[in-house]
Amino acid sequence: MKTGDLLRFAAGALSGHRLRAGLSLLGVAIGVGSVILLTSLGEGARRYVTGEFAVLGSNLLIVIPGKIETSGAPPIFGSSTNDLTVEDAEAIERQVPLVRKVVPLVVVLVKAQVDSLERDVVVAGVSPAMKEVRKIAVPIGQYLPAGDLDRGARVAVLGAKIRNELFPGRNPLGAAIRLGDERFRVIGVMGQRGTSLGENLDEVIHVPVGLGLKMANRRGLFRMLIEITSHEDAEAAKAQVLAVLKERHGGVEDVTILTQDAVLSTFNRILAILTAALAGIAAISLSVAGIGIMNVMLVSVSERTREIGLLKALGVTRGQVVAVFLAEAAILSTIGGLIGVALGFALGRAVIFVFPEYPVAAPAWAVVAAIGVSVAVGLVFGVLPAQRAAKLDPVAALAGR
Amino acid sequence: MIALSHVERVYQVGDEEVHALRDVDLAIEAGEHVAIMGPSGSGKSTLLNILGALDRPTAGTYRLDGLDVGALGEDRLPEIRRHQIGFVFQSFHLVPRLTAAGNVELPMVFAGLPRRERLERVGRALAAVGLTPRATHRPDQLSGGERQRTAIARAIVMGPKILLADEPTGNLDSASGGEVIRLLERMNAEGLTLIVVTHDPAIGSRARRRIRLADGRVVEDVRQPGSVA
Repeated sequence: MKTGDLLRFAAGALSGHRLRAGLSLLGVAIGVGSVILLTSLGEGARRYVTGEFAVLGSNLLIVIPGKIETSGAPPIFGSSTNDLTVEDAEAIERQVPLVRKVVPLVVVLVKAQVDSLERDVVVAGVSPAMKEVRKIAVPIGQYLPAGDLDRGARVAVLGAKIRNELFPGRNPLGAAIRLGDERFRVIGVMGQRGTSLGENLDEVIHVPVGLGLKMANRRGLFRMLIEITSHEDAEAAKAQVLAVLKERHGGVEDVTILTQDAVLSTFNRILAILTAALAGIAAISLSVAGIGIMNVMLVSVSERTREIGLLKALGVTRGQVVAVFLAEAAILSTIGGLIGVALGFALGRAVIFVFPEYPVAAPAWAVVAAIGVSVAVGLVFGVLPAQRAAKLDPVAALAGR
Repeated sequence: MIALSHVERVYQVGDEEVHALRDVDLAIEAGEHVAIMGPSGSGKSTLLNILGALDRPTAGTYRLDGLDVGALGEDRLPEIRRHQIGFVFQSFHLVPRLTAAGNVELPMVFAGLPRRERLERVGRALAAVGLTPRATHRPDQLSGGERQRTAIARAIVMGPKILLADEPTGNLDSASGGEVIRLLERMNAEGLTLIVVTHDPAIGSRARRRIRLADGRVVEDVRQPGSVA
């Protein structure tokens, strides 16, 4: 028997009970669709988090003053923590070839006042390199100008939300703003960033780091952001930075350096597990769909007992009877699988439509696996009914028994 | 051509053994027209099933053209049914979703014949039973007589040697029943061995040879020369 004839006969048999075939098809479609949708959501979550880290800069080291010990009480004598200074930052940028940019960072909470409007704001004292390191867009005006880090002009760059609140409906460029006891001139407004890993980038004001330190009334930096030349050199760069700081701090290792990688890979692992778990849950519905197919095929076998008897009387072999019923199950599950993929993608688009910033994407492995599994489900759950049909005694089957 | 010797067929029904056929000896030559008669439960259908290789004797031998069918493995039986035997049933057994032409084509589809040859043979078989204009009708659009003629076209399309008909007129009125019988007799006249199971004496008397069964035994086997109408 030719494959084309087999498929045509099987498809004809399915068209004989459209509603039942349609419903079991729907079952497979929902199963496959949910695999696609749920893995898309999981993959979307992973991409979202990875994307957030990319905004942060995946070539980033963060230097925090003070050694974070994993155990033991703080030492009683000596070993006082040295401040992390702007000079340290400049030294690292000069001395470590793997480092591209160093941004000293100090943060202070002050009252900001423009005419009669005022609010509490986070002021970040940074260097001009911040613009590049954090990939900050400045659609209005300009960012902090290059110059001597210790002094710096009294200029400020506003977060988008700060600008809207303190300069509602007017151009802030060149306007005066009072931050704590100091007067600044607004030279730019940063683009809308939203919240990145819990830090609202729209509600800060950037000023030169020297003035930031003065406002905070301290010498030591809050932390240092270091952009390194490449992701692969993170460990080497970390060691070199540590060596420079240790030398400058009198041989004491009194800083902590964090890399993005450790955090990112943890997130990646968690989210990959989450995606797999979602796929597993969806796979349950796929196996339920398989049972649906089996049910339909069993009903079909018992309904078509006489037809099976006739086929046997016509000289159709057992193997051919099995092939006919397996072909029917495979057609159901394949078409159901394809509809399910379309359904999953459509729902994914719907999610993107509602939450545009959520990068829903079906991973290719999930699409391939969902279709493959649905075909396999059809065949596996089709075997039992097909064998039942093949085993029918021709005489009894002709009599409808 | 057909040779049964000491054929027994025993069914197990619960704890009881039912002897459907007892010690049947029978020889049927090629081209014969045989009526198998007898009351219901006499073993007519069992005999027909064994002759058609749908069933195998519990004991004894069934030789078809010298081949011991009873000794063949079950996987060899479909081939015999496919090439040697055509079945005609009381209830037609047409596949309802297929047209008359589709039903006639069915055995050739599973035999793997090329499409061109199938269509050619369907055309000839439908012409032989006078149903060419009804080729594209589905069974529910055909009359009873037309359905049975479709079934006969299907039974002969693979070119079998033996045509087995189980109460072929049982579901038909006398006019279309007579038509079907005349068609079967014409096939017989063209050389096909025709074996008809019936309990209708009028149909039985048209056969040149009448075999009567009772309680699974052959109780009468008579030849009536020249009884064809």
